[in-house]
Amino acid sequence: MAASRDDFVIAIRSAFLKKDTQQRFSLVALILFSIVLILLSRFNFPIINYLKISLNEIIYRASFIASIPEQQIKKSSIIVQEHFELYGDYKITKEKLEKLEAKELNTDFIISENKRLRILIDEYVVDSEKLVGKVLLDKNSPFKKSIIINKGSKDSVEMGMAVLDKEYLVGKIVEVNYSTSRALLVSDLNSKIPVSIEPGNIQSILSGSGKDYGILQYFKEESNLNKDSIIYTSGSGGIFKSGIPIGTIKKSNPENNEIKFFSDLSQLNFVRLISFKDERNK
Amino acid sequence: MVIQGKTPIFRKILTFAPLILLFISVMNEFDLNYLNYKYFSFNFPFILIFYWSLKRSQSLGYGYIFIAGLFNDVVIGFPMGVSGLTYLLICGFAAYLRNITLRTNLLNEWLFFLFTILVATAMNYLMLISFFSIELNYYELIGNILFTFIFYYIFAFIFDVYQKIVFRGKTDD
Repeated sequence: MAASRDDFVIAIRSAFLKKDTQQRFSLVALILFSIVLILLSRFNFPIINYLKISLNEIIYRASFIASIPEQQIKKSSIIVQEHFELYGDYKITKEKLEKLEAKELNTDFIISENKRLRILIDEYVVDSEKLVGKVLLDKNSPFKKSIIINKGSKDSVEMGMAVLDKEYLVGKIVEVNYSTSRALLVSDLNSKIPVSIEPGNIQSILSGSGKDYGILQYFKEESNLNKDSIIYTSGSGGIFKSGIPIGTIKKSNPENNEIKFFSDLSQLNFVRLISFKDERNK
Repeated sequence: MVIQGKTPIFRKILTFAPLILLFISVMNEFDLNYLNYKYFSFNFPFILIFYWSLKRSQSLGYGYIFIAGLFNDVVIGFPMGVSGLTYLLICGFAAYLRNITLRTNLLNEWLFFLFTILVATAMNYLMLISFFSIELNYYELIGNILFTFIFYYIFAFIFDVYQKIVFRGKTDD
């Protein structure tokens, strides 16, 4: 018994403490260094932030290049799939276009009327500064849903800016480096966005699920959600302006309050970065 | 195709192929996530680090593994040092298995790999939720462990063939 315990201790000591002939560092030294690094990260030491920003600048670019072959495979498979679905998509798009053309006639009038009425009731009027960014990396990891964008502090990107795909909200900026930035997607578990559900003006929080859909939380159980409800940002908290469309109730699973995003978050190529400012402060 | 007969640069590339593969895999989306299968993902760096630390530790230096961990933290957006520590733990477990066995068989190795990734992922998870309050999806995590475990058998077979061809099967055993 004692001998087997001795063997165990010797094996552990040899594995962790002894430096192998062709290794420059011992394992235990590097493990201790990692622990120190984690503790420094935990307490936000400035030196760690500088190290992280420098590494970000180098690695994001290198990572973009390293991802090119896999991105090409991914794109090719999507192109093949789209070719097979072309005719069906064309018919659906044609129908939608006809409906949209009819709607568009009313939209301009409604927008100007809405703006006039908001000024009349002294509501927060917002104006936006827009930037278009390319998605450098779409790390669709099972652990964290985020994208890296090729715009940073040199392009006036700020923390908390809204990230839009066409007109739809897909995330917000959570990390800004000199020439790149990271956006946390609305599907990430750590994403919480105050939303308004229309029709009915139901206020809720949209939480990410870590998958390709979101979940509505913290609203009255008796609220009448139907399959045609649309989820917009509510503007509470002042981060985003109100009325940015995000998604709709998932038709396959309406009772679980699951939201289908308007944008396909795994296919983001170019996104718009928008910050909202009070127009009256200008 | 034994490396002794090749030019020095080609010989170097073949010797350091696992290291090159490690850096490529931490810097891109080398986990087949775009297949969009529910809960499907696997951690290729875990497989690579465990296998090569066990079979031919000179192909992956601990220092390089630590740096690869830092790169992975930056790409995924985790706090600095978390992946590095996880990778080094895997190296430690592999080195322990190497020390206690003269010649491992694939089944023992495979089961020990499962134990290793369970411990390493648990450590990773504990650090993320307790130190940094980052939420993770349990099912995704379990799926990731399970597929990493299954894929180890396949990749170990491929790496064995690579070793036999390139290094004439010379290992640390």
